[in-house]
Amino acid sequence: MTQTAGEKSSDYVPDKIQAKVNRVQLRPFGKRGLLWREAVDGWLFILPWLFGFLIFTAGPMLASAVLSFMEWEILTPASWVGLANFRQMLRDPLFYKSLYNTAYYSFLGVPLYLIASLMMALLLNMPVRGTSIYRTFFFIPSLTPAVANALLWTWIFSPDFGLANYFLQTVGLPPQKWLFDVNLAKPSLILMGLWGIGSQMIIFLAGLQGIPQTLYEAASIDGANHLQRFWSITLPMLSPTIFFNLVIGVIGSFQVFTTAFIATQGGPQNATLFYVLYLWRNGFDYFKMGYGSALAWVLFVIVLILTLIQFRVARYFVYYEVDEAV
Amino acid sequence: MSQITEQRHLPPGTLAPPPASARQRRARLRRLVTRLASHTLLIAGSIIIMIPIGWMLSTSFKKTGQEWIFPPIWIPDPIWWQNYIEAMYALPIPFYVYVLNTVVITITATLGTVLTSALAAFAFARLRFPARQFMFLLVISTMMLPSAVTLIPKFIIFRHLNWLDTFLPLIVPFWLGGTAFSIFLLRQFFMTIPRELDEAARMDGASSFQIFWWVVLPLSGPALATVIIFQIWSHWNDFIDPLIYINSSSKYTIALALRTFQNVRSQRVNYLMAMSVIQVLPIVILFLGAQKYFIRGIHLSGLSGR
Repeated sequence: MTQTAGEKSSDYVPDKIQAKVNRVQLRPFGKRGLLWREAVDGWLFILPWLFGFLIFTAGPMLASAVLSFMEWEILTPASWVGLANFRQMLRDPLFYKSLYNTAYYSFLGVPLYLIASLMMALLLNMPVRGTSIYRTFFFIPSLTPAVANALLWTWIFSPDFGLANYFLQTVGLPPQKWLFDVNLAKPSLILMGLWGIGSQMIIFLAGLQGIPQTLYEAASIDGANHLQRFWSITLPMLSPTIFFNLVIGVIGSFQVFTTAFIATQGGPQNATLFYVLYLWRNGFDYFKMGYGSALAWVLFVIVLILTLIQFRVARYFVYYEVDEAV
Repeated sequence: MSQITEQRHLPPGTLAPPPASARQRRARLRRLVTRLASHTLLIAGSIIIMIPIGWMLSTSFKKTGQEWIFPPIWIPDPIWWQNYIEAMYALPIPFYVYVLNTVVITITATLGTVLTSALAAFAFARLRFPARQFMFLLVISTMMLPSAVTLIPKFIIFRHLNWLDTFLPLIVPFWLGGTAFSIFLLRQFFMTIPRELDEAARMDGASSFQIFWWVVLPLSGPALATVIIFQIWSHWNDFIDPLIYINSSSKYTIALALRTFQNVRSQRVNYLMAMSVIQVLPIVILFLGAQKYFIRGIHLSGLSGR
């Protein structure tokens, strides 16, 4: 870097390159070597992230682990209680209830959302005119912020004046209490979620467009029909995308919070008391920081196990194309 | 079919097209039927999907009292746009204060995310440094970490910093690396930019930062647009963080204000829907404007898990 801005004579450049090449070849890791410089730069560039990671992710994880062995209600001094929080959890009916509600939401919702968003993506991937307009329509609902979404659907599901009951009435079915019905509250929330699957759909669409057209042409020549092409080309080629959406979907579904918080506050009779809602109550309503942290760690372990299982199973059904060197 | 027979009886002198064979005709018919069926499905789907939005708009323009008519009316009479003005002042603090708060948080946090996560992404994509693989693995694993796990300790940290009831907890973390997802997305995109470009720049004596700023960033429009849209959306949308950290109503975001209004006067559905429209509209407009880059960014960064 001894060069000044004016130096641009044609014979200067090769010299400079030579100097750099020498430096790289002679002592690449030396203090002034290119690789040393690059390594320092690399660490400098990730420094903001590293700070953020330590302060807002790794640190809190650790703190939460320690807190889960303590009893602390913010205003009173913290005390070490060992495994008491976890023992209390085993006796806590609301812990089981919230876990059940969340699993119900996840195991019913995630496959439903996957299938629906895949079907939407297939529909939008058809070679017809105006797909970009249709795509916009299909995507807009998922832009709706969670709070507005929850409020809107609470209004739609309103037992007396809601749109949902109006539709039931026009088809000749009896009106329902929807979010106020113990048995219908969770399915209603799942239905609400169905409206916002646009982002999964977009990811499927990107995956579909990444499948080389030549595969379909070759299959057509071999006489494969639509269904055969779907089973033998689309699904296997799309399996990494399906897997991605599945993993993200399960993690997301175990953290469902805002819709229930706004629409039902966990009711009726705790039918929509989801895990994170219960965690939130313990932490920020009852200020039981210790018990809340224990709940958080159990959630972490559950999600981790579910993710690992998915990765294990993925070996059998996810097909990764070997990248050809471009 | 009739079209084809017509073609046979063209007036003399015009050149008749060669008669279509039965097979061609069948294929053309099948294409037509498929296209028709596709459009029908797509239009039906679009209508069903847009019904709730239409319902939100419709309710927001209903004069107080009309929203309780059952069976519901779709097109309000009169169209009561005054709801939007009355909703502005329906809470003790004018609604635009909440909008302004949300805008301030969204812009500053998004800016931080884009800058710092692009820096990290550039390092992961381009610079060789010890423990790079391990660090990137950490980024990926935070993507899979349920954020609810760190809720309580983060609250305690911000309490100790005396940052409660300020915007800082909603902004500062995003100036420290943004989100794992944006780092991942940008890194994937940077990998697709030909290395020759930055090698040439390096030979000309450019520093890593100069390469990042003058070579890689200008070529990353779609990916940056995607990250910006995702971030704007998620901050605009965010509920749980403001709920935990903000107490005074003058610092509320739109999401918090909506929830408060719902608690205070749940009977005013037309105002509530007008407020919801105010929350939804900017995001939809933003998306429509940037749609082109957004889809390309998702596509090019191989986000589909490949």
